[in-house]
Amino acid sequence: MTDLPALSIEGLGHAFGPRRVLSNVSFSLAPGDFTVLLGLNGAGKTTLFSLATRLYVQREGVIRIFGMDIRERASECLRRMGVVFQQPTLDLDLTVERNLLYHGSLHGIAHHEAAQRAAVEIERVGLVDQRRDKVRQLSGGQRRRVEIARCLLHRPRLLLLDEPTVGLDIASRQFMLDHVRRLCREEGIAALWATHLIDEVDDGARVVVLHRGEVRAVGEAAQLLGETRTPSMRAAFETLVQERAAA
Amino acid sequence: MNAIHYLRCFAGITTREWLRFLNQRGRFFSALVRPLVWLAIFATGFHFVLGVSIIPPYETYIPYPVYIAPGLIAMILLFNGMLISLSMVYDREMGSMRILMVSPLPRWFLLTAKLLAGCVLSVIQAYAFLVIALLWDIVPPWYGYITVLPALVLSGLMMGALGLLLSSAIRQLENFASVMNFVIFPMFFASSALYPLWHVKEASLLLYYVCQANPFTHAVELIRFALYGRLEPVSAIVLVAATAIFLTLAVYGYDPAKGLMQRRAAD
Repeated sequence: MTDLPALSIEGLGHAFGPRRVLSNVSFSLAPGDFTVLLGLNGAGKTTLFSLATRLYVQREGVIRIFGMDIRERASECLRRMGVVFQQPTLDLDLTVERNLLYHGSLHGIAHHEAAQRAAVEIERVGLVDQRRDKVRQLSGGQRRRVEIARCLLHRPRLLLLDEPTVGLDIASRQFMLDHVRRLCREEGIAALWATHLIDEVDDGARVVVLHRGEVRAVGEAAQLLGETRTPSMRAAFETLVQERAAA
Repeated sequence: MNAIHYLRCFAGITTREWLRFLNQRGRFFSALVRPLVWLAIFATGFHFVLGVSIIPPYETYIPYPVYIAPGLIAMILLFNGMLISLSMVYDREMGSMRILMVSPLPRWFLLTAKLLAGCVLSVIQAYAFLVIALLWDIVPPWYGYITVLPALVLSGLMMGALGLLLSSAIRQLENFASVMNFVIFPMFFASSALYPLWHVKEASLLLYYVCQANPFTHAVELIRFALYGRLEPVSAIVLVAATAIFLTLAVYGYDPAKGLMQRRAAD
């Protein structure tokens, strides 16, 4: 199974009535890949995530998780997937620990097992002292850390993170990025990191540029700089986005 | 995913509903105060206005508070059903619904688990009301407290399933006020909760048929008869059918391929 792409998207399209939001999107992630899905607001990133998590049903194209078509084997695909949505999804009136245990139960994990895993994940995101605090009492950055801890509880092999650093301060953003990159590097988890923040793309990152529902480029950051003959990722992104518009 | 995974998931959803319930202690008291206000004020005021003849399951003339007690129990279940709906809409607005929806377990199961968890809370509140109602001399036979249990569960499931169905159609929390006007009030007043249907039939044949078609009427009658150890088979059949229809439509409403979720996203 590890030879198969963690996520493979082929010819994905989606429209809300007459409004087309995704057209012929194709790319894939290998296990251990950290890939940035870079696009402006409205590029179609969240729609892509909603299709990949079965919140919407895709009618055009194919989404495969470790080789399994999500339309045919949704349950098995969702078990292998950890998701952090753009919109906060924690229960504010439950404690940090309870939020994780609830998530564990939704994946059918035994209570004592979930409690052990929750303790490990809470420690990894540095919230041991806050584990019995209600989420409502936490800062925005701490809440995002809880969401990361929660999405790892069922030990997924693929992470989908939709704008996970929006609204966070620099330190919290850096923590999130470092934590997820470490998971990819050390545990072989694949991560698709959607963002509109170009400075979250570092030199070694693999990038998918999405603009107005179309994939404009896929490749290593350095490769995109070479192809666009630009000195920075910001300039490369602007070039990629404008090229097709001008054509 | 095997049966044990399903059981753990059900336990998790139930625990969350319990914790939420315990966090909102006011919810428990308001759920009890509402019918008690009806019992203490409305029933006392109307005691001499409305005559109640001897109708089954009663074997003698009964005080008005005894007559409306089953309707008030059904009212508790109805409000709790709407609270299930409210909590689903709230979860959707707050985002936590997404975590439920990306669980690997099938959505019909997740919705049914939510429904059952809510139903347990409804039944507990109904029993709490029955205990307090002793102060008004509402004393069914001892076995009535046991035989009413299946009626409470079935009625609670029907109201909860209706709540789930409504939550799949309600777009925003702000729209929830209309549920009060267009669901709770019509269901409660166009039923046998406050007056026997033969009274209604004398006043308006059309309203009588509306009351007969109202599943809330059948919840009230099922509870009324069950409190005296008797089964009202037509009401039981209507409630089973209504629960199945409402739950099926709710599952359909939450299905991303068919229901309202995609349409909502497009708006």
